[in-house]
Amino acid sequence: MARIGVFVCHCGENIGRTVDCARVAEALRDLPGVVHSVDYKYMCSDPGQQMVKQAIAEKGLTGVVVAACSPHMHEKTFRRAASGAGLNPFLCEMANIREHCSWIHEDREMATAKAIDIARTLVEKVKRNRPLKTIQIPVTRRALVIGGGIAGIQAALDIADGGREVVLVEKEPSIGGHMSQLSETFPTLDCSQCILTPRMVEVYQHPRIRLYAYSEVESVQGYIGNFRVTIRRKARSVDEDKCNGCGACTQACPNRKVPSEFECGLGKRPAIYVPFPQAVPNLPTIDRSRCLLFLNRAKGRPDTCKKCAEACSKGAIDFDQQDRLVTEEVGAIVVATGYQVYSIGKETGRDDLHGYGEYGYGTLPDVIDGLQFERLASASGPTAGRILRPSDGKEPKRVVFLQCIGSRDPAKGMEYCSKICCMYVAKHTMLYKHKVHDGQATVFYMDIRAAGKGYDEFTRRAIEEEGARYIRGRVSRIWRDGEVLKVQGFDTLSGRPILMDADLVVLATAVRPQPGIEALAQKLNVSYDRHGFINEAHPKLRPVETSTAGVFVAGACQAPRDIPDSVAMASATASKVLGLFASEMLEREPTVAVVNDALCAGCFHCERVCPYGAVEHREVRNRAGQVVRVVAYVNPGVCQGCGTCQATCPSKSVELQGFTDDQVYQQIQALGL
Amino acid sequence: MSHPHGPETLVDRVHRQTGINIRRCYQCGKCSAGCPMAQETTIRPHDVMRMAAQDDLEGVRQADGLWYCLTCETCSVRCPNQCDPARVLDALREIVQEDHPEDAPRPLRAFHRSFLDQVRSHGRLFEMGLIMAFKTRGGPLFADVTTAPGMLSRGKLHLAPTRIRHLEEVRRIFEACGQRED
Repeated sequence: MARIGVFVCHCGENIGRTVDCARVAEALRDLPGVVHSVDYKYMCSDPGQQMVKQAIAEKGLTGVVVAACSPHMHEKTFRRAASGAGLNPFLCEMANIREHCSWIHEDREMATAKAIDIARTLVEKVKRNRPLKTIQIPVTRRALVIGGGIAGIQAALDIADGGREVVLVEKEPSIGGHMSQLSETFPTLDCSQCILTPRMVEVYQHPRIRLYAYSEVESVQGYIGNFRVTIRRKARSVDEDKCNGCGACTQACPNRKVPSEFECGLGKRPAIYVPFPQAVPNLPTIDRSRCLLFLNRAKGRPDTCKKCAEACSKGAIDFDQQDRLVTEEVGAIVVATGYQVYSIGKETGRDDLHGYGEYGYGTLPDVIDGLQFERLASASGPTAGRILRPSDGKEPKRVVFLQCIGSRDPAKGMEYCSKICCMYVAKHTMLYKHKVHDGQATVFYMDIRAAGKGYDEFTRRAIEEEGARYIRGRVSRIWRDGEVLKVQGFDTLSGRPILMDADLVVLATAVRPQPGIEALAQKLNVSYDRHGFINEAHPKLRPVETSTAGVFVAGACQAPRDIPDSVAMASATASKVLGLFASEMLEREPTVAVVNDALCAGCFHCERVCPYGAVEHREVRNRAGQVVRVVAYVNPGVCQGCGTCQATCPSKSVELQGFTDDQVYQQIQALGL
Repeated sequence: MSHPHGPETLVDRVHRQTGINIRRCYQCGKCSAGCPMAQETTIRPHDVMRMAAQDDLEGVRQADGLWYCLTCETCSVRCPNQCDPARVLDALREIVQEDHPEDAPRPLRAFHRSFLDQVRSHGRLFEMGLIMAFKTRGGPLFADVTTAPGMLSRGKLHLAPTRIRHLEEVRRIFEACGQRED
């Protein structure tokens, strides 16, 4: 027979003002099964908790209902108190008569009646509670970091410095990401490579970081603490152990006209290449789509050119190398895949993005994007740091910068602000003025969004001291007229149309997530928005966690981010990962779904509706060891206790522990509806 | 702030005359919001600041607000970024006067000249002299004539000028400013 104790809290005036707590306690005292019912000013205080403990001990309670605030607030407090008095903590329940009652009602009579009803339903529920045990899950204390840009590098270094092993996967031949392409960084104008490359080398040399460059995540299985990740190590066609990075092969390659990805197409590279001199690892890679030997092989012709292999003194070139799959066991995953910039051309990679016909669909050679300008301004770039326009190599005297290209333009497919453009455009105008003293930089902008430490001062410096001419308004059309570009816009501040000549136009194109992010997100079972940015678990309170436990997110794959933001986020994920790795076992609430093997028909409706991928197939064998049928199994490590499977199951053979059908039906019944 | 390259721009010129960097202007509009003449003009202080910051002297020349400015300096007191619009407008009037003396409205020029003549001759304002000079220079001849008896009887208008002591000091100021005699 149930022996339930009810404890009604006044929460000072919070509940007591609108709810007659003494009457609630009195009303519940008469319910069958209730042997103890009291009210008190502050139940969560030490004397309040003592009342609970004492009642459990003296009256031999089998269940406790605390009618007070939200379980989010104090469920843990009272469960700990119950546990201290020898009662299973999951036999203690909260009836929320504060957020659900006193805070939202004014009429004292009705609020009191409602509080009684709420508490009564919980009494009926707790009568049917069963003792539960917290779930213990072993944790593999190694982390996987996907993406070797500044966010991934920071996360990997922080986790490794915290004493845990890290596997860092980068799809490009070198780590460094977009930051390695930048010339100088806002708002301090310090050299990007000078601050980044030491960090890259640190990653390479760290004893606890295993770097897989030119590799991609193939598949992910498992759950928090226990992921099994298969990584595809793409064939470089170069033996990493033999190569000493001398570069003779890249010198020997006859096909030297491949547009360089690192130079954003403004420079050329050979078919066997190292993306940039400071690459980590410093290993060449054969681009099989450009190498003559592989092009011939694809056409079934014999191998002709082997100049790179002939030039290599170490015999490191391996034309027959295959992709290799390696498997790594990790306990946590950090996604840091970064961004790409919006393509203004006709090929935008997605149907809902439209490119910019009014700016020539990317066909005007002197209309470039912000990353290309970075390469022009970079001392290590294709022009050795001189600002020269692509069409004729002349120094442009009039450069027009356009902001919000793609960003804040729902007609072109995206409505969000790319956040970094206002700052880098201001930086570009300064870099330009520092290099071309008699040049005039003009910026067309909609708003200047320079929120950040020292950011507004930076944009004001561009305007006030560096002579950048800022015009508020969007450019409607750009066309070529002989050697100059005609830029037609409108100055909304003076209310006049503008038609100006430009030698070079730089478009601050929108920040978009990397291609393939959706496929990766599906492998990791994390949600993403319609643009492909990974969703965080909570926009304010859980900004680096995702919808899947054990998977974290850092940098520009979550939203447009600048370097300081990305680094801060990466360090935050590292702290989360290290916290997760603090103990060998992971403790979880036992409010997870459990399948009744005897009833399960194996229809797997539950598997289809589970948002967390927690449902697995389990074989039921007879004594002879033969498989007789396959039933559903809910992995307690993955299950988040949402109850969707329970609601879906046609045979009612899945139950969420602590929220069984019986408990919920009895709660409803108690209302007498 | 001015770069040593290229010809002197309007921004540079204002800076040379006043030490103010017009590019500081945020275009927040607070100057026009407080301007007592804003209702009377089509081009307001922030418009003038905008055009000047864009080196648009032609635009500034079209600005009626430039000449209606009372120099009450409300704009300068309220400017959040120390642009001192009143001082800038003053400088712009000087620049326009220098480059295009015919730009200023005729009565305005007449009044300006007559006013300064009075100060130069007497070291202070002689109202009757100002009125006569202004009207002979082409000011509206019979406007406001009916107010004269009232002002005379209340002692606001005097028939003979009074001079200040040390008039030569005022003259020296005029000479130092390069004020032309005409």
